[in-house]
Amino acid sequence: MNEKDKSVLTGAHFINGDVACAEGAIAAGCRFFAGYPITPATEIAERMAERLPHLGGTYIQMEDEIASVTAILGASWSGVKSMTSTSGPGFSLMMEGIGLGIMTETPCVIVNVQRGGPSTGLPTMVAQGDMMQARWGSHGHYEIIALCPSSPQEMFDLTVKAFNLSELYRLPVLIMADEVVAHMTEKVVIPRPQSLKIINRRKTTVSKDKYMPYAAGARIVPPIAHAGDGYHIHITGLTHNEMGYPQIDMETHQRLVKRLIDKIRVNIDKITIIEEDGMNNAEVIVCAYGISARTSMLPVKLARKKGMRVGMLKLVTPWPFPEQKIRKISRIKGLRRIIVPEINYGQIALEVERCVAGRQKVITLPHGGGGTHNVEEILDAILDN
Amino acid sequence: MHKEMIFTGFGGQGIILAGYICGKAASIYENLYATLTQNYGPESRGGACSAQLIVSDKPIFYPHPIKTDILVALSAEGYQKNQNNLTKDAIIITDQDLVPASKGMEHGVFSVNIYPIPATRLAESLGKKMVANIVVLGFVTALTKIVSKRSMMEAIKTSVPEASIELNLLSFEKGFNYKQV
Repeated sequence: MNEKDKSVLTGAHFINGDVACAEGAIAAGCRFFAGYPITPATEIAERMAERLPHLGGTYIQMEDEIASVTAILGASWSGVKSMTSTSGPGFSLMMEGIGLGIMTETPCVIVNVQRGGPSTGLPTMVAQGDMMQARWGSHGHYEIIALCPSSPQEMFDLTVKAFNLSELYRLPVLIMADEVVAHMTEKVVIPRPQSLKIINRRKTTVSKDKYMPYAAGARIVPPIAHAGDGYHIHITGLTHNEMGYPQIDMETHQRLVKRLIDKIRVNIDKITIIEEDGMNNAEVIVCAYGISARTSMLPVKLARKKGMRVGMLKLVTPWPFPEQKIRKISRIKGLRRIIVPEINYGQIALEVERCVAGRQKVITLPHGGGGTHNVEEILDAILDN
Repeated sequence: MHKEMIFTGFGGQGIILAGYICGKAASIYENLYATLTQNYGPESRGGACSAQLIVSDKPIFYPHPIKTDILVALSAEGYQKNQNNLTKDAIIITDQDLVPASKGMEHGVFSVNIYPIPATRLAESLGKKMVANIVVLGFVTALTKIVSKRSMMEAIKTSVPEASIELNLLSFEKGFNYKQV
């Protein structure tokens, strides 16, 4: 078989994070990509445009990001795993569509390769300024899932994971990458297809006359019937009843919104991933995500060499925020402070502060964007008494 | 072994590709770790560009170079910008026709070793100016032995268009066998 006709490119590759992300999507079964190219996410679109036609998939370059996100929602309802990728300016335009995806419970993956903002900002340079936008950017109260890769390998692994989560919980899942991770080239090992764990959305098993599209039952997540399956379905952004029809009253709304939130809150321990290293007896903990977790590794190691007990806490899924885990960590005996380096002026640090609730000192290590923290900045913060 | 390298020049000279091939040779064809990052402005052709490559026998934590062990400069601007952050025994490889400082040590940057090569001229003698990056890569391989000649050639074969593999391997040999006068 020709290499380009394979969906899983098993083997070792020297590729950048964007390409690894596209390969992760394809390996997870994504066969529809709609997008509008934007630095530093363009290589994702390029790779999808190159690969999808050989796999029976579809690549559409849309007129803008509003159309892109809406197109992937539609494609998902036809039964195809779908993705779009963008950066800050496009992510802002996608906010409305993300809300529609949440409300209609549409599985899909949205990649935001973060660059310096506000506005068009720094097209070719890194930032992590969209973390709160990812959490709260669309209107209404909802829960979201976001994953932050720290290397090209994680761009592959976490894209597969993002598809699995979106299929399992039926919502848009965000990959909050950044320019450095996206443009960094490293060895990425793609496993054999049989060792990849792939989850597909649960389809309805009831007969056509009994099917109610939004009847979730005890599992909170309703089984799906796709457009064209022969079931009667109705999809709307308006508050809807179990039949999917608009029903504009308080009881229906409260029931629906609570379920959309419970999908994530009830399953938070199954969803969140954190990586801990050297947390036992830590006097200082560095808590970071994405590229900042990667750049923290060397200063943590150097501080340990100087005899400091430093814990490294990596938030692979900043959303939903691992509240209970952070609360538990904040009770570690002898811990003096938690340092949060991020390429913004303190976003996830606010969440850490909230969960630590004054038990520890939380120190924000801000960075305006355009580069990563250097080793000394983080090392000094760790060593600082 | 832990080497931090910078490849620098103008957009269009194949700077990023040179760094890519070197990193691929290390991480795919040898048992090493390699991390490649790059700087470029909004424009890609004609503007200053650079590729930063770290090659190590241990996992690479910090992805950016801190002190440059090997600087490959194919433009005067690239040389100027990157000459201040070198290790004491750094190796500098330049295209001698494009980087004026190549001629000697008058700049007195530490006890730095400068190795000039007329890469673009050699590439022109092979019929294509655009293979200057591969000529330089041959020279880098012979000089630094950062990866084996065989691994580098494997990486070239799998990174350039099929129709130009032969020309690229020829260019590599030209640089590898270049003897300074």
